[in-house]
Amino acid sequence: MHVTHLSLHDFRSYEQVDVPLSAGTTAFIGANGHGKTNLVEAIDYLATLGSHRVASDAPLVRAGASQAVIRASVVRDERSALLEVEINPGKANRARVNRSQLPRARDVLGWMRAVLFSPEDLALVKRDPSDRRGFLDKLLVLRSPRFAGVKADYDRILRQRNTLLKTAGFARRGTSGDAAVATLDVWDEHLAHTGAELLAARLQLVDALQPYLGTAYARVAADATADRTSAAVTYKPSFELAEAVRDRTVLSEALSAEIARRRKDELDRGISLVGPHRDDLTLTLGELPAKGYASHGESWSFALALRLASYDLLRADGDDPVLILDDVFAELDRGRRDQLAAIVGTAEQVLVTAAVAEDVPDRLTGQRFDVHDAQVTSV
Amino acid sequence: MYEGIVQDLIDELGRLPGVGPKSAQRIAFYILDADPGDVRRLAEVLTVVKEKVRFCITCGNVAESEQCRICADPRRDLSMLCVVEESKDVVAVERTREFRGRYHVLGGAISPIEGIGPDELRVKELMQRLADDTVTEVILATDPNLEGEATATYLTRLLRPLGLRVTRLASGLPVGGDLEYADEVTLGRAFEGRRSIDD
Repeated sequence: MHVTHLSLHDFRSYEQVDVPLSAGTTAFIGANGHGKTNLVEAIDYLATLGSHRVASDAPLVRAGASQAVIRASVVRDERSALLEVEINPGKANRARVNRSQLPRARDVLGWMRAVLFSPEDLALVKRDPSDRRGFLDKLLVLRSPRFAGVKADYDRILRQRNTLLKTAGFARRGTSGDAAVATLDVWDEHLAHTGAELLAARLQLVDALQPYLGTAYARVAADATADRTSAAVTYKPSFELAEAVRDRTVLSEALSAEIARRRKDELDRGISLVGPHRDDLTLTLGELPAKGYASHGESWSFALALRLASYDLLRADGDDPVLILDDVFAELDRGRRDQLAAIVGTAEQVLVTAAVAEDVPDRLTGQRFDVHDAQVTSV
Repeated sequence: MYEGIVQDLIDELGRLPGVGPKSAQRIAFYILDADPGDVRRLAEVLTVVKEKVRFCITCGNVAESEQCRICADPRRDLSMLCVVEESKDVVAVERTREFRGRYHVLGGAISPIEGIGPDELRVKELMQRLADDTVTEVILATDPNLEGEATATYLTRLLRPLGLRVTRLASGLPVGGDLEYADEVTLGRAFEGRRSIDD
């Protein structure tokens, strides 16, 4: 698929901007802080309903405005569609496809597919489990949008259960918390049921991603020493789980058993300690974990490989996602830069941002825009 | 801002559910323009409704006397009990004219975030009603959302040891709808709850 037109209204630094786009490579060149990333961030937002830079929607709306609008025309299987998302911080966002209102904003997920590479990806290797869970869940939703609903349900069950654990914990220390404890069983059951659905999907996703990751890493880090060329990713649940289990019923039973076993701990601490929200991904390079052992360059290659693998996986599902490279080339040495350029050269649409034109490899030629002070001009 | 009493009216209206500041202003000006007789009737109903309406001592539905019309009706099937969250759900089920049993209104659904547990709902009253064995089937008709499902699960655990038939309303496809427009969750549920058509 590719985007043929992007229009932003009160999004980030843009009051109003219209950018005609086409298949192939498009580069946005401009000094830092002039609004290059904002353009590609908007496209990624349509694909994930989230930003790769901030957790909440408020910073996405131009200072002084009450709502932001992202509009994009996309072509997919030779059919075009107009996607619109209205960002209303503090209120429900709204989405339209071909001018007809969708019941919920999240129903727009699945219309746009994009994979974004950015300097922030380094967090996938170096930082917290939540970064890696976020990566996995976003990819899951890109592949099957229905999981946006499963995830939302799971988060709500978790909030209900955590509130109950807190009150039950307090009550137990004070007078009687019997009523609270009685309803805890109910939330346990729902947490295990919905948690197992999410867990099964994540496990299957990691299985599917694995072969692509191996290939991607070998291509990105062609100069790596022999014992450090094999990159692998494994799912690390928050409790002991037999490795090959993928069946939802079995996972649900395993979760229930573990929840029952940890009940006292959970009541003491007033928080849910078992479930997909406590899981992590283990990234290994050769024999050693990437986190803590990989060099800066290796970490970068790993992060790139994770994104490339996501791209290849989505592509194998049948539809080329839009590939976005946000300020990535400046961070890479010459060898990796050329490797990456060679790999992405075959994508249906590539959007690149860079501070100076020299950062963009020569083989990625195509349309070019200069971005200066929130003005986008074709060169 | 409007002067004194008009702004008071807009503020009061704005506190009603589903009425935002714009709607509140529109209703306020409608009232200012309306026939004084109409407004007086509205005001009377508002005062009387709080004084006269009570909750049925048996089922918790809104009623004008001690018992609601449904509980007082001798033609109702005493062996079936339909458990709902709110009085408005009773009206919804009544409109179907399919159900001839009686109701039990819980007064909400279990939601720890809002501080609602079984003690805040009319669960104890439900258990008392079931004590004398006249009811043989309990139909759980709580909302098909997270909190409603949690409430249904809780009640199922509580009722199963009593040895009566406990059923849950089916969830699935809307009648007269198109399969292609159903969302994945609904369609998934409909698949789970599919039934054989040879009997």
